[in-house]
Amino acid sequence: MATETTTIFSPELAARFDKLVTQYPVRRSALIPMLLYAQDEVGYLSPAVIAEVAARVGIQENDVQSVLSYYSLLRTKPAGKFNVQVCTNICCMLRGGNELFEHCKKRLGVGNKGVTTDGVFSLEEVECIGACSWAPAIQVNYDFHENLTPESMDSLLDDYRAKAGK
Amino acid sequence: MAYLTTHPDVVPLVSYRFGKGATSIDKYLELDGYKSLQKAIAMGPDAIIAEMKASGLRGRGGAGFPTGLKWSFVPKQSAKPKYVLVNGDESEPATCKDRLIFEHDPHSVIEGTIIAGLSVGAKMGFIYLRGEYRYLLKIMEKAIDDAYAKGFLGKNIFGSGIDFDAISHTGAGAYEVGEESALMESLEGKRGIPRIRPPFPAVVGLYGGPTIINNAETLATVPHIFRIGGAEYAKLGTERNGGTRLFCLSGHVEKPGVYELPMGYNLKKMIYDVGGGIPGGRQLKAVVPGGSSTPVLLPEEIDIGMDFDQVGKAGSMLGSGGVVVLDETVCMVEFALRTMKFYQHESCGWCIPCREGTDWLKKSLTRLHAGGGVDKDIDNIKYLAENMLGRTFCPLGDAAAMPTIAFVQKFRKEFEDHLDGKGCPYHHSLEHEAVLA
Repeated sequence: MATETTTIFSPELAARFDKLVTQYPVRRSALIPMLLYAQDEVGYLSPAVIAEVAARVGIQENDVQSVLSYYSLLRTKPAGKFNVQVCTNICCMLRGGNELFEHCKKRLGVGNKGVTTDGVFSLEEVECIGACSWAPAIQVNYDFHENLTPESMDSLLDDYRAKAGK
Repeated sequence: MAYLTTHPDVVPLVSYRFGKGATSIDKYLELDGYKSLQKAIAMGPDAIIAEMKASGLRGRGGAGFPTGLKWSFVPKQSAKPKYVLVNGDESEPATCKDRLIFEHDPHSVIEGTIIAGLSVGAKMGFIYLRGEYRYLLKIMEKAIDDAYAKGFLGKNIFGSGIDFDAISHTGAGAYEVGEESALMESLEGKRGIPRIRPPFPAVVGLYGGPTIINNAETLATVPHIFRIGGAEYAKLGTERNGGTRLFCLSGHVEKPGVYELPMGYNLKKMIYDVGGGIPGGRQLKAVVPGGSSTPVLLPEEIDIGMDFDQVGKAGSMLGSGGVVVLDETVCMVEFALRTMKFYQHESCGWCIPCREGTDWLKKSLTRLHAGGGVDKDIDNIKYLAENMLGRTFCPLGDAAAMPTIAFVQKFRKEFEDHLDGKGCPYHHSLEHEAVLA
């Protein structure tokens, strides 16, 4: 298939996608990485993102939707600028993960999968993120923060809020 | 940065280059990097597999299948291209070891992947990382680029006339994709749903070609086996359980962390000596020895060596090496419920015993924990779990059922204490204290 002439992505990402689909024995193998990279740039998988990715891979849009609905990191609605993902799985639970999640709910004033009204934070209770020996742990977007307490969580959120300039 | 924890009993083999800046290819070369690959090229496929068999290395993903034997199942002749697939979708709760390998020693994974490829005549390797490990993807991409630049990947590697390509790949959040056939589906750009077997991936795998699928730790171990020799590697461990392994110690211990210890290391010693024991002088209640899917052990059952056979004999599994320590303050019903909540969330829904079983178990455990359970619920939970065992396409059903059965069998009294409106004795006391305060 020819390279897309019009794209909703940045020139860098579009170039990356042009290359990515040719690297695998079949184009479709690039689908899941493409969806994740597109989400990172656009913020979520909008209908326009889905349409362009489908065209690039050469499959139907509903096929893309079927795949994306399976993966927990992919979302079709915007999240906050900083997506706070608190692990409450067994190892984090044993070391205060539930309490940390409750603390975040109160502190941010939102529930699970909620977005703060200023759009700075979203909050999500997540399954194991692979930080079991450094529990309780969270990810803010892709950054890990480990061995947390409600107090260190507060200063972390303050730092992120300062980064957002609000 | 995630790090390895030290202790005098640690044997730094796989972790030999950790903390030494080996993400840089020059540093990696300085620390004996890519020498094993050159050795393996000179040896040829049959000798590579013989060396792997001599090492006694068993798969570090959880099943513990002998790696050399697995490689030997790939047919010599194949009309379709052969592949190597690295499983870095580390998602079993309590497991955080592959993360350290990718972070500290990405080239060991590449080198192991190429050696695996040489042994079966594969020309391409895929390194699949879970989506959450985005910072590791960057490290891995750079490592692959550097290896290409040096000519260790690509055409005619080390003047051998052999070509080998590698690509790093990201998932997007799914435990199920850690299962080998679902992993292939995901890499082919589909929902991560398991394939029926046989045919096994060694014969019909990725894109229909014969495929070696190994855990990231397994492949990162391979260069070290060729570095010190298969027989030497085997001697580090116990009978039929060669070498060392990265154990992830978590939960109620003074010094949680990832420790590289010899296979067969005593579990009790791991908790009380390596891990520094239980904080606050509290009593040990239970140990989950190999990730959340492995049956729980009681304090009187932990004087065992941590290898696949000894843990198996004790009625559990070595699994992925995630050791979770639970002290006396833990409500086992709540722990069972949280475990099941995870498997219910991750069940792909493809086969009914797993999809419905995990859902009903979660509902039953939720109600029981809240005090709404009646006597027959306890046997019902066990009955549901027993009926999932061995009746699903992939091991996720077993992974949910096995720990549940053990929780009910070993802590039945605690389940009974929740019945008939009594609710959770642990939480009641906490709430009561809060009210008094």
